[in-house]
Amino acid sequence: MEEKELVIIGGGPAGLCAAIEARKKGIGVLLIDENLKPGGQLFKQIHRFFGSRQHMAGIRGITIGETLLKEVEKVETDVWLDSVAYGIFRNRIIGVVKNGKNILVRAKTILVAAGALENPLPFPGWTLPGVMGAGACQTMVNIHRVLPGKKALIIGAGNVGLIVAYQLIQAGAEIKAVIDIMPEITGYMVHAAKIKRSGVPIFLSTTVLEAIGKKEVKAAVICPVDNNFKPIYKKRKLLDVDLICIAVGLSPLNELLYQADCEFTYKPYLGGRLALHNENMETTVDGIFVAGDCSGIEEASTAMEEGKLAGISAAEKIRKKQWDDEKLDIRNRLNDFRIGTFGEKRKISKEEIIREYHERIKT
Amino acid sequence: MKKIDCRIYDHPVLGKMPERKKVSIYLNNKKLIAYEGETVAAALYANGIRALRKTEKFKQPRGIFCAIGRCTDCVMTINGVPDVRTCITPVKNKMKIEFQKGLGRWKKKNW
Repeated sequence: MEEKELVIIGGGPAGLCAAIEARKKGIGVLLIDENLKPGGQLFKQIHRFFGSRQHMAGIRGITIGETLLKEVEKVETDVWLDSVAYGIFRNRIIGVVKNGKNILVRAKTILVAAGALENPLPFPGWTLPGVMGAGACQTMVNIHRVLPGKKALIIGAGNVGLIVAYQLIQAGAEIKAVIDIMPEITGYMVHAAKIKRSGVPIFLSTTVLEAIGKKEVKAAVICPVDNNFKPIYKKRKLLDVDLICIAVGLSPLNELLYQADCEFTYKPYLGGRLALHNENMETTVDGIFVAGDCSGIEEASTAMEEGKLAGISAAEKIRKKQWDDEKLDIRNRLNDFRIGTFGEKRKISKEEIIREYHERIKT
Repeated sequence: MKKIDCRIYDHPVLGKMPERKKVSIYLNNKKLIAYEGETVAAALYANGIRALRKTEKFKQPRGIFCAIGRCTDCVMTINGVPDVRTCITPVKNKMKIEFQKGLGRWKKKNW
């Protein structure tokens, strides 16, 4: 059986940063990713990152992705692409399918950085071709350079919905409307302003009633709601669209952590059920770490910092050393990222996770 | 029938479409042009084909939902193998792709 000091599952921003930090400390790292190219969702983020003062602000996600890949190459990390980590068994043995073959890897430490999946929004007609996740649409447009539709309705006026709307405009599509059932825009105002400047209406307190079509989406019915979120049916409106993008949040992909017997908690502001972890990103199972969206839905910038923290902590565990100063810097940066109405809620939830971890470990 | 092409050849941020090698793929024996490095789902959507399969029970059409290989809504039968996730499977020259009905069927038994 292959033996590794640190096995990282998921080569997105968190996994890549963890690999780089751990390699810098001389740790033997194996990075496993299901895709043909690492980088996770960074390569579809063609907009400039916003909101983080220290670094990354003003840089496009795609550029950050390329920089990370170069760094990973420089530190000579073992990378298995097109490989699926399907299970974590006792004694930190990982099952991987690589080139159609089953391989077992024994790891001293494991970092699960598997990311997240877009939430569906069920409504009549939502399974029709042409109704898709907003992130999926972003993948099609920015990575594959294929327009999945010409006239779009975006459901959700959070950052993802607003950014995807703008990127669809850049790619040549027409946005008929961005709608959100909440009475206010939950995304950053810079993104909302760009949409409004482009002449796209943002309808708040509005829901979708139906996607119409037989073989594909041909139209959508949207409808304003009252204060109790009940549709005001007589005000419903037919929209001529062939694409409906759903941007109603993400859910952490933490099946591997369930399987590894990690203790969980529920934090709605971070996307739902999450593995408990301490200030070093270690879960309740000894030697298993978590970072990025699968430890709580946030942003690429926080995922990268959490990845670094997990990488250093895993190195500490293996080498029995302390790098407290480096970790402190990272924690400070994480706190700086978690500001504003939503950032503050995420920060509190993260603190609760750490507190619950220590309570659970004691008993 | 009018040829549909949904590719984005010129993009304000990403620039011109990079040169890529053309490959031929066959969708239910109909020849389509795809580009090396792209996924099956991207190639089909680029040709205006968005309904990729029909569900087992109610025969409803389905297309891409997540595009990152998690939801399995986009599965098709490729080279005789059913349930292949087209959104993460790269095209290959002379690939045989079929619309899938329900759970699909193996072309030939392996045992």
